[in-house]
Amino acid sequence: MNDLKYTREHEWVRMEGDVAVIGISAFAQEALGDVVFVELPEIGKSLKAGDQAAVVESVKAASEVYAPLAGEVVGVNEALNDDPSTVNSDPTGKGWFLKMKPSNPADFEALMDEADYRKFAEEQG
Amino acid sequence: MAEGETITGNRALQIEEPLLFEMDAPGQCGVDLPDSGPFEDRLGGLERRNPVGLPGLSEPRVIRHFTRLSQKNYAIDAGIFPLGSCTMKHNPRLNERLARLPGFAQLHPMQPESTVQGALALIDTLADWLRTLTGMPAVAMSPAAGAHGELCGTMVIRAALDARGEKRSTVLVPDSAHGTNPATAAMCGYAVEPIPSNARGRVDLALLKERLDDDVAAFMLTNPSTCGLFEDEILEQAEAVHAAGAYFYCDGANFNAIAGRVRPGDLGIDCMHLNLHKTFSTPHGGGGPGSGPVMLSEALAPFAPLPWLVHGAEGLRLVERAEGEAARAIGRLKSFHGQFGMFVRALAYMMSHGGDGIRQASEDAVLSANYVLAGLEDVMSLSYPGPCMHEMLFDDRFLKGTGIATLDFAKAMIDEGLHPMTVYFPLVVHGAMLIEPTESESRQSLDVFIRVMRALAERAKGGDTAWFTGAPRLAPRRRLDETTAARQPVLRWLPEEASAEKAAE
Amino acid sequence: MRYLGLTDADRRAMLAACGAADIDALYRDVPKSAVLADPLDLPLHAGEMEVERALAALAACNLSAADAPCFLGAGAYRHHVPAAVDYIIQRGEFLTAYTPYQPEIAQGTLQYLFEFQTQVALICGMEIASASHYDGATACAEAALMARRIAKRSRVVVSGGVHPHYRGVTETYFRWLGDGLDLLPPSLGDEDLAACIDGDTAAVMVQNPDVFGRLRDLAPLAEACHEAGALLIVAVAEPVSLGLVRPPGEMGADIVAAEGQPVGNGLNFGGPYLGLMATRQRFVRQLPGRIAGQTIDADGRRGWVLTLSAREQHIRREKAASTNSGLCALAFCVHMALLGEEGFRALARLNHARAVALADALAAVDGVTVENDTFFNEFTIRLPGPAAPVADAMAERGILGGVPASRLFPGVEDLADCLVVCATETVSDDDIAALTAALKEFV
Repeated sequence: MNDLKYTREHEWVRMEGDVAVIGISAFAQEALGDVVFVELPEIGKSLKAGDQAAVVESVKAASEVYAPLAGEVVGVNEALNDDPSTVNSDPTGKGWFLKMKPSNPADFEALMDEADYRKFAEEQG
Repeated sequence: MAEGETITGNRALQIEEPLLFEMDAPGQCGVDLPDSGPFEDRLGGLERRNPVGLPGLSEPRVIRHFTRLSQKNYAIDAGIFPLGSCTMKHNPRLNERLARLPGFAQLHPMQPESTVQGALALIDTLADWLRTLTGMPAVAMSPAAGAHGELCGTMVIRAALDARGEKRSTVLVPDSAHGTNPATAAMCGYAVEPIPSNARGRVDLALLKERLDDDVAAFMLTNPSTCGLFEDEILEQAEAVHAAGAYFYCDGANFNAIAGRVRPGDLGIDCMHLNLHKTFSTPHGGGGPGSGPVMLSEALAPFAPLPWLVHGAEGLRLVERAEGEAARAIGRLKSFHGQFGMFVRALAYMMSHGGDGIRQASEDAVLSANYVLAGLEDVMSLSYPGPCMHEMLFDDRFLKGTGIATLDFAKAMIDEGLHPMTVYFPLVVHGAMLIEPTESESRQSLDVFIRVMRALAERAKGGDTAWFTGAPRLAPRRRLDETTAARQPVLRWLPEEASAEKAAE
Repeated sequence: MRYLGLTDADRRAMLAACGAADIDALYRDVPKSAVLADPLDLPLHAGEMEVERALAALAACNLSAADAPCFLGAGAYRHHVPAAVDYIIQRGEFLTAYTPYQPEIAQGTLQYLFEFQTQVALICGMEIASASHYDGATACAEAALMARRIAKRSRVVVSGGVHPHYRGVTETYFRWLGDGLDLLPPSLGDEDLAACIDGDTAAVMVQNPDVFGRLRDLAPLAEACHEAGALLIVAVAEPVSLGLVRPPGEMGADIVAAEGQPVGNGLNFGGPYLGLMATRQRFVRQLPGRIAGQTIDADGRRGWVLTLSAREQHIRREKAASTNSGLCALAFCVHMALLGEEGFRALARLNHARAVALADALAAVDGVTVENDTFFNEFTIRLPGPAAPVADAMAERGILGGVPASRLFPGVEDLADCLVVCATETVSDDDIAALTAALKEFV
């Protein structure tokens, strides 16, 4: 799992070739509780780092998922529309949200690694 | 059959009831209307082509339906309803009777003013009472409820700042504020910034002062706060807010603790909405209608929403356009003239209590809350030391290690015939339990409440976890699956074939 | 004091239990300078009889629409409300309940909200509906905000036929959202809404029947909206019309925002009323307001909860504010249940029949012109001179003869001579004769 990088907004990113796969962390899904709905972006949309990329809604709360890095949306996980619970059961695997083609692949390296994120999340919560 | 099970699923007075749509008896009808007779329609070919799909039911069936539904509801009429910051006090029936007088209930809002002078005088009289009670010079009567009043107040502040030519972008809100604050600010183009509480559960004055600058439009306080505490540094807060050129907004949701004893105008408040359905006893009705008049300072009054009620040469009149004296009004927030039916009820309540009774009611609400506090503080964990105002805040420390959450504790109260207190609000403490008994309860009723709460707390600490996590067992329904409801929303009844089709998709 | 639960003896004992010498001790956190030294200048408490006498005296100063031939509509409609409706809504279990946050002991409220949502969706010809809003005007404003969220565009075109209060509230809600509204002028002429649509149009809002009473086929407009990627919002001020007139959903509406007062709720001098909002299933996540949904309990039994509330809070935090009007929704629900298919359609038909009779009678008055080709239970007449003084003169005579268009749209010259008149099932032949005679006299 150490191929994942994280943001302070609790998104994770994994590079698959030159494509960034993005989802929300296990910590985030735990905090949200049962996820009931996910709103995904349109393919082809350009996002800056920090732009709203998706919305995730649980019984308790709804919150934004932000683009961890700048780039273009090249894929979304349609399966979440039918079964949003995947975000709870497999947040960093089948529960991914979107794929982006980063405009600057080096941005990935600037994100937190697993150990830093774990420390950050513990402080949060 | 196991004991307690029945053939019908009914349990004596708790009768299972299908949906209206599942009882359709085509041809039955609960009204008798005269025949329309022959006429040539003027619909221009736009007549409805398809049936509506409404069920046919006789009047007795309809009455029985809603009577059975009513028996699945808890209500103030049935017992104590200690929802903190919601003020579930007794709803006098005189108010209902008076609101139904034909001279009020059967007035059309667009009647010529000459035919509604009594109704306008009622609004004016109520406004007078509100001005006297708050010590504030003006009031906007039209907002439909507390949240709407808050929207109104924030818009008025924005308009006043615009008129001053100042562009400010932040509204400061204590972290214990009432729930709807951030939504409201955002609609007026403001970002909300929380101000943390101090160890005493009050706004941290030093942090507030530090944050106040010429970018702050308003400070939105709830006082007494949702921790059940009076902001004892409120005069210093007001001074600091005004020194920064900002407006001091107060959420009046908890005015019922101080009405008749303290006037918000004397505290330096510029703007405050009141909830007539809280402090002044108009019924909550299962979620509305409410009424949320907004009190305004002299500086904010010119921006009050339409309509305005003014005294003219020929009696009272309504100003319905943003012109003349109302040229700077923010516009209209609601159809017509506000929640008039609620005005009648609120005024009937005020006149019944009088100035003396309103004060007594506030004092009794505070006394009852402190009595409950004293009765529970040794077995539950009080978040901040008393005395409290009309409500008191506990958190879930006393449940630590029991495996029982605040929600479980609340659900166990249901089986005891008590409505739970407000839970998980305010957010400043973990697992909040906010209890507001109100002045309506007798001492005996408070004693029962205290006794049950103590026993439940002891039981929880005794480790009887399953008792709580499985509760309620005796209510019309046990815990409901909210996850499924939100994941696969079923928001209306569909005919069986349509439901089957949908399921197959 | 009859509403207070404590006696003086209780108060003394309870103060002692709290360890407080007196009540002032419990208020010790209030700054001394802010404590009122003297009682407020307000009357003292009063018994039921005295209060009833005082308020009845105020009520008696008004001309009740029940005591006069009443032809007023324009957003509030006088219908006969069956006795059963008021009985049900006065049951304490409904009247004195709170918002159903503890669903196990609020199934009564939740089930009727679910039934109400179904009724609203059915009459509008839409798929889903919310559990009510404050009134028709705020529902319109919310609908316009909702359309912006869905279309992700900023502008909303509002027809000149939309009720001025619906326009006004929408304008106020949009005041600080940037340049977002195109308000077409009110007029009895034709307007080309389709021509106002461009690439930045989120929605077109149109009322049917409009504020002047006119009906129109909205299908072509819906088509124009959809082709341009915009939504069609249809406002309905008189929901009884939906028993006879083709519903917005069948003409392509995406959102219906309506006033619910005419079903089950009295005039009450303008409030409390209730807003209705219905839409397509695919827009459910953008629908503001509370919504009741079906689910099961821990024993597998069917039940109801407030649902999609996280979404609601999310929408609200950013862009909107809304709450509902529960007891008014109950009144609507009970009345609609009593009417049923047969009664609802018969009531609508009867309203139209009364309005046709009225239109025919008024058209025969010299100097009066009926402006409408089409209408449901309300239409606009033109008098030879300003309508407001005529309405006032008729009121002096005890006839509520119509709403002058100048009260709806002050300053619009072409409308100054117009009167909007309405006939519901409550209007008798004698009432029509009285209005006709009065107009003959005053015109």
